Amino acid sequence: MILATATISSATLAQDRYMTRTGHVEFHSSTSMEDIHADNDKVTSVWDVSAGVVEFAVLIKAFTFEKALMQEHFNENYMDSNTFPKANFKGNIKGVSAEQLKTAGSYPVAVEGKITIHGVEQPLIAKGTVTVDATGGIRAESDFAVKPSDHDIKIPGAVRKNIAEEIQVKVRMDYTKM
Amino acid sequence: MRIILSVLASIFFIGIASSQDDLLNLLGEEETGPEYTTASFKTTRVINGHSLENTAHGVLDFKIGHRFGPANGGAAQAYGLDGATVRLGLDYGVTDRLMIGLGRSSYQKTVDGFVKYKFLRQCDAGCAMPVTLALVAASSVTTLGATEVPWYSPDRTDYFTHRLSHAFTLIVGRKFSERISFQLNPGVVHRNLVAGTEDPNDVIHVSGAGRVKLTKRVAFNAEYFHVLRDQIPDNFKNSLSIGFDIETGGHVFQLHFTNSAGLFERAFITETTGDWANAFQPASRGGGFQFGFNISRVFTVHEPKRPKG
Repeated sequence: MILATATISSATLAQDRYMTRTGHVEFHSSTSMEDIHADNDKVTSVWDVSAGVVEFAVLIKAFTFEKALMQEHFNENYMDSNTFPKANFKGNIKGVSAEQLKTAGSYPVAVEGKITIHGVEQPLIAKGTVTVDATGGIRAESDFAVKPSDHDIKIPGAVRKNIAEEIQVKVRMDYTKM
Repeated sequence: MRIILSVLASIFFIGIASSQDDLLNLLGEEETGPEYTTASFKTTRVINGHSLENTAHGVLDFKIGHRFGPANGGAAQAYGLDGATVRLGLDYGVTDRLMIGLGRSSYQKTVDGFVKYKFLRQCDAGCAMPVTLALVAASSVTTLGATEVPWYSPDRTDYFTHRLSHAFTLIVGRKFSERISFQLNPGVVHRNLVAGTEDPNDVIHVSGAGRVKLTKRVAFNAEYFHVLRDQIPDNFKNSLSIGFDIETGGHVFQLHFTNSAGLFERAFITETTGDWANAFQPASRGGGFQFGFNISRVFTVHEPKRPKG
């Protein structure tokens, strides 16, 4: 009996959890005046597949821009990165099982949860794809849009034409088993 | 047996519950590299002198510096609009720590160049450095004609070296908070040729500058250059300037009041003629302060390596 419990619990404890510290998040703002693009390759995420739960933490200062000054202004004037160093997401991934992740294939998933940017939490619903390649590598991808105004990020009149009302965000995580 | 089971079960469920609360805690503390303090000042100059900031790697900064004539010139001089001095310059960030610059001033038709290197960088996380330490080495040469230089005399040979001056400035500064930054910037100005035998070639000054950020895009700046006693004639005053930085995307506009007309070290540290005491006195008493502005416009000419999207 004890043995059985021990086996069950260890099997469950060795849950199907995946993680990354080098996840990629990029965003793009496109207007007729200016295209702004930034990349971040230092995103951490943990995905508990059996529970269907996922979390992301995005260090704001790790976003890199083409222009150094843009990066400085992003942190100083818009994101207040010293006050709000990280954006995060906590939510659920539905549409893929732990078993499916052991077979190569592409699985559409639905992501739902809460995203916190600039200290302001908002609900987020997005579609994504989980791809398992022949070597067993697991990649999760998703696209969604966020509005700076939803997160209390103020954009002054002088640059309103340069910054899109909706910022396009792309997420790409290559997970490894924990 | 049941007790053991229920204990096991409860441990197990507690384990599940807590892991769902904060999955990311499973990863432990992140290791982040050193994170250096940014944006202590809006640009690489406080007003006339250098701030602790450098032009970023690969960035070219076009600088326009403009000083009107003394404001106490009265209506006859359009309160200073008539006589102005200008410096046009280009600064470039060779690395994030090393910048170089070249400029040309209308003041005595002077060309100046400088190298600025950050030896230490104030650190927010991942290291413990409390201050930024930088050194600026600058040289200037006047390109006035042989008979136009102030020291011209028919029986004096016009050596090229007479036209040179050098300045070394040490900057020790700290961003104390989001709003407040302060730096000490002592230094020495070396004039190859001086007006009188009693005038020292090397002039030592102990100076400082600071800023208070008023809004995200506007800051108040002040700087003062204190020349140690008995080094420059009494008609030259210490340089004191106050002003505002207004930042709009790729530009920084600096609007200020200063008693200095020149825009390179020898000029504003050792040859400032304006005297704040004359600010509201008739122009016959000498110049007071003048209005001036700097415009900085940056261009990214080289993109350092960054993560690929």
